Amino acid sequence: MTLICVAPIGPLEPLVLDALAPVLEDCLNVQVRRMPALPLPALAHIPARDQYDSVVFLKALSAACPPGVDRFIGITSLDLCIPMLTFVFGQAQFEGRLALVSTARLDPRFYGMPADLPLLLNRAAKELLHEVGHTFGLVHCSDSTCVMSLSTGIQHVDLKRDAYCPDCAAQLGELQRTNENSLEHPDRR
Amino acid sequence: MKTHWNILIVDDEEVMCLSLSAWLREDGYTVDTAMSGAQAVELARLKDYAIYFIDLKMPGGMDGIEAMMEVRRLHPEASVIIITAYATVDTAITAMKEGAVEYIVKPCNPEEISLVVQRVIKVKSLQRENAILRKKLTRQYETRDVITKNPRMQQILQLAQDVASLRSTVLIRGESGTGKELIARAIHYSGARAQKPFVAVSCAALAETLLESELFGYEKGSFTGADARAKGKFELADGGTIFLDEIGDISPKLQADLLRVLQERCFYRLGGKEEVRVDVRVIAATNKDLRLEVHEGRFRDDLYYRLNVIEINLPPLRERREDIRLLAGHMVERLAHELGKEITGISEGALKTLIDHEWPGNVRELENAIERAMVTCHGHVLLAEDFEFLLRNGRNGDHWTIPANTTLDEIEKRAIEVTLSRTNGNVKEAAAVLGIDRSTLYERIKRYEVAR
Repeated sequence: MTLICVAPIGPLEPLVLDALAPVLEDCLNVQVRRMPALPLPALAHIPARDQYDSVVFLKALSAACPPGVDRFIGITSLDLCIPMLTFVFGQAQFEGRLALVSTARLDPRFYGMPADLPLLLNRAAKELLHEVGHTFGLVHCSDSTCVMSLSTGIQHVDLKRDAYCPDCAAQLGELQRTNENSLEHPDRR
Repeated sequence: MKTHWNILIVDDEEVMCLSLSAWLREDGYTVDTAMSGAQAVELARLKDYAIYFIDLKMPGGMDGIEAMMEVRRLHPEASVIIITAYATVDTAITAMKEGAVEYIVKPCNPEEISLVVQRVIKVKSLQRENAILRKKLTRQYETRDVITKNPRMQQILQLAQDVASLRSTVLIRGESGTGKELIARAIHYSGARAQKPFVAVSCAALAETLLESELFGYEKGSFTGADARAKGKFELADGGTIFLDEIGDISPKLQADLLRVLQERCFYRLGGKEEVRVDVRVIAATNKDLRLEVHEGRFRDDLYYRLNVIEINLPPLRERREDIRLLAGHMVERLAHELGKEITGISEGALKTLIDHEWPGNVRELENAIERAMVTCHGHVLLAEDFEFLLRNGRNGDHWTIPANTTLDEIEKRAIEVTLSRTNGNVKEAAAVLGIDRSTLYERIKRYEVAR
């Protein structure tokens, strides 16, 4: 069975990880292991933008990835960005092992709204499933209610469901089977 | 696999290339990166990109505007998006004047970049659809329209290109569905006769007398119902090319008539006394082994040698499996428009089913299978289960039949291909299954040019 490890990066409410780990087990038929928090990567902060470079986060995740793990997912409460974009909700290695989710812009307080933990957790679950989908090779889905649809703003995140559409679910099943077969034969990877 | 659009990101900052390419790959695009304008131009020479993201300020002699101009000189239809961290009105005006479709200041909102890419791709899709429909309507295929990366097919296309402007007769051999007419059309439309008619005749579809009148025409009153003079296919093809499909099926009488046309470039209409002279290039095709037909006395040897000036042997699809991915992607894209279905791609599992199938009906059978799967598919991507009918038909890789006249080398090559496909390209495992050493298998793979 596919083993996914999840670790906080930098500060993160333990509650968030408590809520997210079972989401993966329920939706993906995988084994999930919680890992201790990783320290904030040096040089990740971009002072001019007061944001954190998600590429540096991914490199830190790669360096800390335990052996024998199929996927390693970092969750952070810090606001992530890449040089080209003002922000990203998360980032994944496409068909790779690593993915990141930032809860910063999933938090209603970021938009001046009152705190709403259930809403934050629901949004984080969607982005987590989205980024993990990319690691298996799923691309953005044209069904705006599918968790694999592209979210360029918080309104898109709220529009989609916390589940894969039947099409993406079927593809993911096929990709997971291929992935597990290749794990049984490591020299094929 | 999603319908592929290639994007090139040109930026001297590695982190910019890495992060933007990762973001675009998640959208299903195939993305390459270049760290300088010169490298971008080199890549543009090798590959056609739908969109170029080019950073305005790059060190090393060629800035973004210069790189864009060079790329657009190579590909006038290229869509270039200029990106910059230091926007000024002057640079924006210069970029747009020189042909950039967009000018983006980084960092930008994800929505902005997403909309820009979608808009460019929408225009590109319409242009591509237009080109596909135009080709389909006119069937004016050229050698560059043939989809292949198979070395043997590429040699054939080179040969087709080389002989396109000659008048020499061409004989195309290949199993049913291998694309004999497509190659014939490619030869015609790549050569000097491209502006003249291409006339195709299926020799097996008509009875002997009908075929005779069809090929050579007839005079008024030459037979019951001939109430006016009619031109035959040879006359209609004057100045151009006549494609005689299934030439191995014509009668001895027609073989003699055809030989005369080939030798003397003239003929008589049915019931006519006036000699008709034509300038026609003949391309013939057959799925039969004409040498065997000659040997067994069913086909005239003099006609065979007349036809066989340039011989092209098209490989069956099972011998060019590396093309199945390309062909399937192209077919899905085209059929999605024709069937009005929103199917954007084909899954890896489905591709494996297609690659493993034997395809006795070759490319035509592949196209039919994809159309059938698309008709019954309810999702946006074709999955392995959509092709279950192929396995039910009992002609999958486990039961491949050996066609007549197959050499032991061909059988060995096929066994290696099937086994490598089943082991997902794992040579060690395939060698164990085949009962040979790994080094021997490597040697055979090299010798037979087996794609892995």
